[in-house]
Amino acid sequence: MKNYQSWGRFPRIDNDKQDVYHVYPDSFSFPDFESDAENPPSFLAYAQGRSYGDVCQNQDGILLDTQHLDHFIQYDRENGILRCEAGVTFENILQLIVPHGWFLPVTPGTKYISVGGAIANDVHGKNHHKAGTFGKYVLQFELLRSNGERLICSPDENTDYFNATIGGLGLTGLINWVEFSLKKIPGHKIEQETIRFNNLKEFYTLSDESDKDWEYTVAWIDCLASGDELGRGLFMRGNHCAATSKSRKKYKSKTSRLSVPFDAPGFLLNKYTVTAFNQLYFKRPVKQIQQVDFDPFFYPLDSISNWNRLYGRKGFMQYQCVIPKEHREAAMQEMLTVIAESGQASFLSVLKEFGDIKSPGLLSFPRAGITLALDFPNRGKKTLTLLESLDVITLKYSGAVYPAKDARMSPATFEKYYPNWKEFEAFIDPHFSSGFKQRVKPSPDNSPNT
Amino acid sequence: MSNILILGATSAIAKHTTRLFAADEHHLYLVARNEDKLKSMQQDMRVRGATDAHYESLNLADESLHEDLIKRATEKMGSIDTVLIAYGTLGNQKQCEESYANTLKELQLNSLSVISLLTILANQFEEQKSGTIAVISSPSGDRGRQSNYIYGTAKGALTIFMQGLRNRLAKSKVHVLTIKPGFVDTPMTKEFKKSLLWVSPEVISKGIYTAIRKKREVVYLPFFWRYIMFIIKSVPEKIFKHLSL
Repeated sequence: MKNYQSWGRFPRIDNDKQDVYHVYPDSFSFPDFESDAENPPSFLAYAQGRSYGDVCQNQDGILLDTQHLDHFIQYDRENGILRCEAGVTFENILQLIVPHGWFLPVTPGTKYISVGGAIANDVHGKNHHKAGTFGKYVLQFELLRSNGERLICSPDENTDYFNATIGGLGLTGLINWVEFSLKKIPGHKIEQETIRFNNLKEFYTLSDESDKDWEYTVAWIDCLASGDELGRGLFMRGNHCAATSKSRKKYKSKTSRLSVPFDAPGFLLNKYTVTAFNQLYFKRPVKQIQQVDFDPFFYPLDSISNWNRLYGRKGFMQYQCVIPKEHREAAMQEMLTVIAESGQASFLSVLKEFGDIKSPGLLSFPRAGITLALDFPNRGKKTLTLLESLDVITLKYSGAVYPAKDARMSPATFEKYYPNWKEFEAFIDPHFSSGFKQRVKPSPDNSPNT
Repeated sequence: MSNILILGATSAIAKHTTRLFAADEHHLYLVARNEDKLKSMQQDMRVRGATDAHYESLNLADESLHEDLIKRATEKMGSIDTVLIAYGTLGNQKQCEESYANTLKELQLNSLSVISLLTILANQFEEQKSGTIAVISSPSGDRGRQSNYIYGTAKGALTIFMQGLRNRLAKSKVHVLTIKPGFVDTPMTKEFKKSLLWVSPEVISKGIYTAIRKKREVVYLPFFWRYIMFIIKSVPEKIFKHLSL
């Protein structure tokens, strides 16, 4: 039933060439590598498959499916500390903790991710400017190395492995369990304000003034708008709040009611349909301040399961970059112009300002500045060329691209985006690999040139 | 809060059903073979809200251990209000055809050992005049088919036994529930090619949870299996014997 593709479904995996082992609590052990020294297999953990590109793939290797690592271990309700196995999802956690007045310290735009994946990609959310990344809230975890060693990693113990594993793209070994701290909330509601802005300049003003008093900020932009309207969109900001008496009701987890049962035809999302969507979405009447459940605020797309199928069989690519604050005006102007001119449609375009809270992760993506995330239907070479031209701009302004979303960056650009790679390399488990790693850092004996 | 005994607790369906019990703050007693799995399940249930959770590692196929097991569970929790029996193997039809010893092993585990447990439990429940006995049987027991009639025989016997038990215990106000899950995507069925009819163990567990609460008698999960089996049962034997099912 499980297909083991990535969320973007590009590159497509041949499931016959990717073996799968199921991992059960405490009973998993790696094979004896000595006996098969000629051609040792490589491993990679796979949980929810919500990474967009090849960081969750391991063609010609073995995936360790962590769906059975789904047990909670310990929950300190008074102090908000939770320990659970790595395959537990954010959805499972919210169901448990929200009724007790706790929340995830950091959450990305979907709750269908595992805790292990949250660490491996050091995920961020709408509160990055206030809270930093998920890795900042990790108290400790257990890392199983392929030589059988179990390392307890925390800011004080095996610190180097701790730092390497946070944002380490699953390459340092298998995360067995995780302990992290929760965040106190007054209730399960969000006070949300939506404000329309007509261009990038207005966005910066809004973003700068919201940073202090609003815990969550994010903007949707119409990336097909150009000229005076370049970068227009809707700015959303929110804070946790208690339910007012009128709307007071017990939190009930929302599960997807709609789903995309099959691949939509590839032409569904084209320049014209997306232009029309963006027009309507931008012009939609916005209620300025309203109280909403946290589900639609944080996870609007989770209400449609398999929304990735809207992009058709060929899948899609996402481009998410971060640009240092001092270059934000110039870089965004250039990027959005290139995208609008290309006419390649993206209806999910998100703009957000990151803060300067540093993550312990060596290879972590978020850094102070502005981040732009866009979806592009896969149109082959045309799309790849566009993303390469975006890379030129990101590089020019000393930015970086997010590996969790990537399926195509070149080894040379990766090295420039992540100068810490050299330091990180020492912590990679010799028997772990991924599609991403093979692409950006092929080991010398596998490279086609030798 | 009630006291719930789960036999075969680490099976995928039982695990997810037990999680629903835990969230309702019940008192749990978990029995299965694998101690590691039981231990992580115990912690999981405590976190999820179970008033308490005990576990015991035991081979349920060994009938000589049953009496003491039920005694220990009763003592530990004070009483048993609900029992869920959820263990079993799919067996290998071909191997059973080749040897009676293999067939006997399948019947022993899937049918006789459960009947042994039910004999002890039925008497206890009859005396306490309350409670729920829920057992996972199978639609395979509704009609014999060449692809798995040994498993079907075991489950069919179980279904009939439960039917009789329900009849006997009705006057004692004991609820007897027969659960017949269709195709479920679990480690037990990992070798099968999956189609649209397959569902996750979570879906089945919600059905079991509801059936226990609403005191249903016989449930097919998901519900449409009742209709599929109705059709399968109505095909005349003259035709049925030629089908490759």
